[in-house]
Amino acid sequence: MSEEKKLLEIKNLNIHYITHEGTVKAVNDMSLELKKGETLGLVGETGAGKTTTALGVMQLIQTPPGKILSGEIIYDGEDLLKKSQTELRKIRGNKISMIFQDPMTSLNPVLTVGEQIAEVIKLHQNVDNSQATEKSEKMLETVGIPKSRSKDYPHQFSGGMKQRVVIAIALACNPKLLIADEPTTALDVTIQAQVMNLMNKLKDEFNTSMIMITHDLGIVAEVCDKVAIMYAGHVVEYTNTKNLFTNPKHPYTIGLFNSIPNIKDDEARLKPIKGLMPDPTNLPLGCPFHPRCPKAMSICSQQEPCRTEIYKDHFVNCFLYENVDNKS
Amino acid sequence: MSQKLIEVKNLKKYFNTQKGLLHAVDNVNFYIHKGETLGLVGESGCGKSTTGRVLLRLIEATSGEVFFEGKDILKLNSSEIRELRKEMQIVFQDPFASLNPRLSVSEIIAEPLIVNKIYKNKADMNKKVQSLMNTVGLAQRLINTYPHELDGGRRQRIGIARALALNPKFIVQDEPVSALDVSIQAQILNLMADLQQEFDLTYLFISHDLSVVKHVSSRIAVMYLGQIIELSDYKSIFTDPLHPYTQALLSAIPIPSLDIKREKIILQGDVPSPINPPDGCRFYGRCMHRKDTCLTKTPELKELHPERFVACHFVHNLGLVK
Repeated sequence: MSEEKKLLEIKNLNIHYITHEGTVKAVNDMSLELKKGETLGLVGETGAGKTTTALGVMQLIQTPPGKILSGEIIYDGEDLLKKSQTELRKIRGNKISMIFQDPMTSLNPVLTVGEQIAEVIKLHQNVDNSQATEKSEKMLETVGIPKSRSKDYPHQFSGGMKQRVVIAIALACNPKLLIADEPTTALDVTIQAQVMNLMNKLKDEFNTSMIMITHDLGIVAEVCDKVAIMYAGHVVEYTNTKNLFTNPKHPYTIGLFNSIPNIKDDEARLKPIKGLMPDPTNLPLGCPFHPRCPKAMSICSQQEPCRTEIYKDHFVNCFLYENVDNKS
Repeated sequence: MSQKLIEVKNLKKYFNTQKGLLHAVDNVNFYIHKGETLGLVGESGCGKSTTGRVLLRLIEATSGEVFFEGKDILKLNSSEIRELRKEMQIVFQDPFASLNPRLSVSEIIAEPLIVNKIYKNKADMNKKVQSLMNTVGLAQRLINTYPHELDGGRRQRIGIARALALNPKFIVQDEPVSALDVSIQAQILNLMADLQQEFDLTYLFISHDLSVVKHVSSRIAVMYLGQIIELSDYKSIFTDPLHPYTQALLSAIPIPSLDIKREKIILQGDVPSPINPPDGCRFYGRCMHRKDTCLTKTPELKELHPERFVACHFVHNLGLVK
């Protein structure tokens, strides 16, 4: 991948939660990069570490119990992990902003939506109250809500409308990076289509880079340029969207595709991945997926696989694709 | 397949709210053949779950008839309906909220057996509980664990075992997999298909996820704001949807494939309130093909071809039916 115009680079990031029940290794040795205007999908099931990664980039991990142990998060040439809280506050909501999963709980119920959008504008831009109000009304219209509703409270809006308000807040300062954490999971499909459509439009308009966290491979196919598949805190496959859909390599990725009922074809039975997600405080030795893997070999339970570039820009963490001796 | 196990006629359920009468289920008609799965899809608040619950009389209907093997169950008294509930069971959406946290796995599964006084001695009952656990794929070592110790997939297996305990003929599946991750979801869907084969069960499968519904159903009913607007075999709904809402709903599903390029129909606006809905077609406000008639006259669910029902005045004019 070319060196130019890299907006975000995550290098060897490790995030753990230290609890009474043990240490949860939520993110392990993660390396990802994102160019300007690109959309990266982070895909995985509950507990895979997707949201922790996002919170890590924003540095919103609650400490304790969470802790960023090591790694670098380089945004626009600077390591965010070396920044002070004051510097970070200038970045959050301004250069990097986040859309949370649940629009019902991510808005403040006692402030009008107009005030909530104006709040972030006043924090980051040198404007007076009336200018901020004006700008917040403009943002509301950008996301398709008439400005006459800016004095309404969140409970007066439907789920889809609330998520539009959240999007308006996130985009109010024209951030370079938008992190969307399952932005449409709480919405109905027809409303989801509206919101995704809006996000795509605004992303193009503002030339924003985006990290899209989702468990829905359908959404990945629609909006992402590249994808990282996560399992138990590890990125197991990392490539562009085309490679992922035409030529998935990691047994977990293949298992995910086989688990989804296909709307196009008729299949009598699904082929689920056997077993359950491992206990995050007690991950198996070696590859975290080996107890559920149909292609597990003896080495998989002893060593962790390294990232292998099997084709250009197609990375897989699996011994099947490493040049190992004991392919028994 | 021709025998109808369930037949629903003009079923209505209105709730009294402070703001007026909420039409949760409004004049719904359908039937379910013995041994088949009828999928019921729609967005949140369209009345899917209420329909499922009214069928079991967990909620009392406002008016209408529900026939189970030819008997109108809405006319039964409370002891008769208790007897009948052995034949009709439900699996709930949320495996975290639908299990009593203070009962162990074996106690939860045994509860319907105790309530209905099925077994005289405890040994027989324990044997039945163990065999039910086997049937749904729960390891015997979990027999004395509590729900909070188990993950969502296992909890949903408990819910299924509980529903099977009385050997029912009919099970309402109310979004049984929507709280589960895809890899676990696939396991549970396969389990339910196996059980249907083995015990000759009839399902009403309620879900908002069209790809799941398509996978499990023989026929599919699409609901919008308390009414069924299209009902047909599972294939036709997907290859040849007739109602404008069904078309929009299908086009809105993100498909995990890059080969399929579709024109998306983006519906404007939200689902309107079901409280005191106006006359005419409920979909009027969001429909692209609306005409003046739609505002005044409520379209009825009509059978266009055998087993193909649709509720739209202009289904012929839209050039959709040959």
